[in-house]
Amino acid sequence: MDILIAIAILGGLGLVFGLVLAAASKVFYVETDPRLDQLNECLPGANCGGCGFAGCGAYAEAVLKGEAPVGKCASGGNEAAKAMAAIMGVQAEEVTRKVAMVRCSGARTFDAEGNLTKGAKMKAHYEGFHDCLAASKVGGSGPLSCKYGCLGYGSCTRVCKYGAISVKNGVAVVDEDLCVGCMACAQVCPRKVITAVEPDRNVVIGCNSLAKGAVTNRACTIGCIGCGKCMKTCPSGAITITNNLAQIDYSKCTNCGQCATVCPKGLIKDSNVEKLGDPKPVITAAE
Amino acid sequence: MEAIVGIILSALLSQNFILVKFYGICPFMGVSKKIDTAVGMGMAVTFVMALASAACYLINLLLVALGLEYMQTVAFILVIAALVQVVEMFLKKFVPALYKALGVFLPLITTNCAVLGVVLVNVQEGYNFLLSVVNGAAGGLGFTLAIVLFASVRERVDKTDCPECFKGFPIALIAAGLLALAFMGFSGLKIF
Repeated sequence: MDILIAIAILGGLGLVFGLVLAAASKVFYVETDPRLDQLNECLPGANCGGCGFAGCGAYAEAVLKGEAPVGKCASGGNEAAKAMAAIMGVQAEEVTRKVAMVRCSGARTFDAEGNLTKGAKMKAHYEGFHDCLAASKVGGSGPLSCKYGCLGYGSCTRVCKYGAISVKNGVAVVDEDLCVGCMACAQVCPRKVITAVEPDRNVVIGCNSLAKGAVTNRACTIGCIGCGKCMKTCPSGAITITNNLAQIDYSKCTNCGQCATVCPKGLIKDSNVEKLGDPKPVITAAE
Repeated sequence: MEAIVGIILSALLSQNFILVKFYGICPFMGVSKKIDTAVGMGMAVTFVMALASAACYLINLLLVALGLEYMQTVAFILVIAALVQVVEMFLKKFVPALYKALGVFLPLITTNCAVLGVVLVNVQEGYNFLLSVVNGAAGGLGFTLAIVLFASVRERVDKTDCPECFKGFPIALIAAGLLALAFMGFSGLKIF
């Protein structure tokens, strides 16, 4: 009998609380905008953070509130921007597709005896946490002789949600077909060696070294020494040398590719070469 | 009157639920990264504790009348869970910013043993209705005091040049231990 009373009392309490909660959920009901779900469907849902928000959901909310423009999703590109613009009733801006590019060509190759023939030299043998940030803290500036180049411990590879970046011969390489341009890799890179470029932009400078020519020469066989040959060759004056490093002003660049042919280090990557069948081999980060 | 002041002082300091009795460590560690959210969490817990003390006192009367004291813990958990649900819905409707900031820790108040602890202490000490509510509110304020103190400590520790292996949680646990040691100093405090 006692146990029946206990069951009845506790069951009754549960029932009362359930009814109170049901009533409360009606009283405190929060209306959500149906457009939020629609916006969420337009986004890829990878939560890469390339838009600058915490995730796709946070970005969708910001768009709904009018705090963010529709075209911020690099991964979704034009399609997502148009779909979101249709939902929000605004005009979509063209989104230029960008991909990540590792501005380092110091991939290492060795001869039969194991001597370095090409690429960035190591000043020490690093054995430790397989992480670029950890490696960059060791011995002042990391195990690499070059203070600016890719360390190759693959922090970017681990952070990439699309499998678009991998380390080959000690230098990270971006697969432009897979890259969506979220730039998560650039944020995690302690050397800040990764930048965003337009994929159809053919000429890129594959070096990040701001050191003087002699220092760069000692550290790497494929480093920009700021010789200025590209600057003198460029017919449209798009290349400047600042801080011992060549830089291309893409508003002036005409994609002629002459700089790539004169660079003594062969670090200016020109994808036109492959298209035009130029016999001169160009050393790129991909090789 | 003396009893009320005594209860408030002991719940705030000498018998602080977090730092002396070690109840409710989960939200204490989880929501103490920023002072803002710590204050919000403290307020939510205070509110739930005071409300739970009042509700559980009435429920306890019913249980005692029916000779069901042995079901106290179960019944109290039921009351607290329902209360937390109501508070959650209330916050979602009226204070969405706080609702977001508290995140998963708001439903976790349900399993915050500080809340269950305070109502069980009320029953054990045989407090009447007023004293129960005072103990609940003061216990909640003690929780707020502890978590806000701890959050301000953590905000500073995060900016210091702490050894890599201690960064984040380990140093927070050490800081919590030191804070608890400091509160042990109040244990000699017996006013009434």
